[in-house]
Amino acid sequence: MEQLLTADGIPLKVSLKKAYRREKLSAFLLVAPLLLFIVVTFLIPIVDMLMLSVDNSIVPEILPRTTKNIQTWDPHSGELPGEEIFEAFVKDLKEAKKNRTHTRVGQRLNYESSGLSSLFRSSGRKIKRIRRAPFKAALIKIDKRWGELKTWQILHQFSTSYTPAYYFAATDTKLKSSGEFVILPDEERIYSKLFLRTMLMSALITGLTLLIGFPVAYLLAILPTKIGNLLIILVLLPFWTSLLVRTCSWIALLQQHGVINDTLVSLGLLGEDERIAMIHNATGTVIAMTHILLPFMILPLYSVMKTIPKSFVRAAVSLGAHPWEAFWKVYFPNTVAGIGAGSILVFILSIGYYITPELVGGNTGTFISNRIAYSISISLNWGLAAALGVILLGIVIAFYILYDRIVGIDKMRLG
Amino acid sequence: MSTDAGIKQAFAKLDTIKDQVIWWTAGAQTPQLLADGEVVVGSTYNGRLFSMIAEDNQPVAMLWDWQVFDLDGWVIPKGSKNKHEVLKFVQFATDTQRLADQAKYISYGPARNSSAPLVGKHATLGIEMAPHMPTDPNNSKNTLLQNYNWWADNRDDLDTKFNAWLAQ
Repeated sequence: MEQLLTADGIPLKVSLKKAYRREKLSAFLLVAPLLLFIVVTFLIPIVDMLMLSVDNSIVPEILPRTTKNIQTWDPHSGELPGEEIFEAFVKDLKEAKKNRTHTRVGQRLNYESSGLSSLFRSSGRKIKRIRRAPFKAALIKIDKRWGELKTWQILHQFSTSYTPAYYFAATDTKLKSSGEFVILPDEERIYSKLFLRTMLMSALITGLTLLIGFPVAYLLAILPTKIGNLLIILVLLPFWTSLLVRTCSWIALLQQHGVINDTLVSLGLLGEDERIAMIHNATGTVIAMTHILLPFMILPLYSVMKTIPKSFVRAAVSLGAHPWEAFWKVYFPNTVAGIGAGSILVFILSIGYYITPELVGGNTGTFISNRIAYSISISLNWGLAAALGVILLGIVIAFYILYDRIVGIDKMRLG
Repeated sequence: MSTDAGIKQAFAKLDTIKDQVIWWTAGAQTPQLLADGEVVVGSTYNGRLFSMIAEDNQPVAMLWDWQVFDLDGWVIPKGSKNKHEVLKFVQFATDTQRLADQAKYISYGPARNSSAPLVGKHATLGIEMAPHMPTDPNNSKNTLLQNYNWWADNRDDLDTKFNAWLAQ
């Protein structure tokens, strides 16, 4: 069979392939800056966060000899480590004291067992007194806690470069040095309660935005375009306003001497002592966030409803359906894509919300993100913050997959 | 607070006011909450309260009872190229007159004893600042200096306990 050739004598197949490759390359080059941007600002930080949540390298880095030698010791033997481990530790601590890093390893281990921070700091101050063997007796003389099994068990448990400990802390559990897995007693649990609260309140906020947003979107969609476009500005205007401004306006409205309480009191509906606490609690968070996230529900709903031909409902009614039945059985199923898109948008936005719960949440209305921010900027326990962040990311992905299974992500329409 | 019993007692005391407390995180919150009537009593940095009372004329009064005082320090990064100039600056910034001058703008107490007699009037309001200083004898009858060593050792642990208490 004769091969097809192009004008310059190259087989057509080769020539086409070349052209395709060039096209592909140029397409790739066009998106390359964006890809690079996403990798640098999105993927690398996420991977970095994942690493941080299991990173324990600070201990082997600062105490290299101890962490190597302690592996030969059996933490369940019921006996203290041998003299050579004590010797290694004294050397490590002397060097760490010289580099002023002993407090950092103390702070790291303090997350696992309270009091180790002070033990490392005070021992660092006295370590130069120890000049010769026996190191074991000398170290215990400096601080009797070095003669306790528990101290060395913790050192043994956290001598590796990686640790799941932050995940245990982030889920209110603990893996004891004896290998026993425990769930913390109720009065010591924080994060499991906050995760649960964050999800329940986000679900409530999503439900409320749907309840309020659906009729609004419906009204906007059925009104003549001219009036509809005018009204949609009322939805967009708050959307464009800074969320800090909107949150603070809610404070002005809802507080004890705010607009609502003052009005109710001056109308005589409430006594001076009966002012309602509507802010600095869960109620405040729900109200403010429902308002702030409402456009994220209305807009996808509106864009979907706009595409549903009005003739559908008219046809149903003319065929004898009750108007309610026509709405429920004909119109409503067509809006599911919009409900799904709006709900997942609002839900995912709200479980990661930070600024509004921080300002109006009080004790009962703060979210897990507030704890993450606290660990990052105040208590400086970045490992814990990273672990909490990874769990939150996992929850979001899980909901996304769940949504994909139930509704199908290809059905989601944002406009 | 160094014993479990002490911590337990502290939390038991907090339990009695748990429903009535708003915990603040930013210094601007207490003056705002007081001005709005959202809380009837609060604690915060005295400089902010002074501004609120003297500059904004809010109906709030100061109660100097067990003030917790805090010390600020200057830090020079190790290996700084301009160490000499920095030291000169720190010397200037912490001398008697400069510390007294600071009180012209906000009612924070000078760290030097010798500065106290030099504290003058507010730069714009013209009020005598001495009676508003936390270091004024009338205001510092009882004071509490944070035990930094204790907090360095116990903060992480107590912080976890406190947050667990909040989450109940």
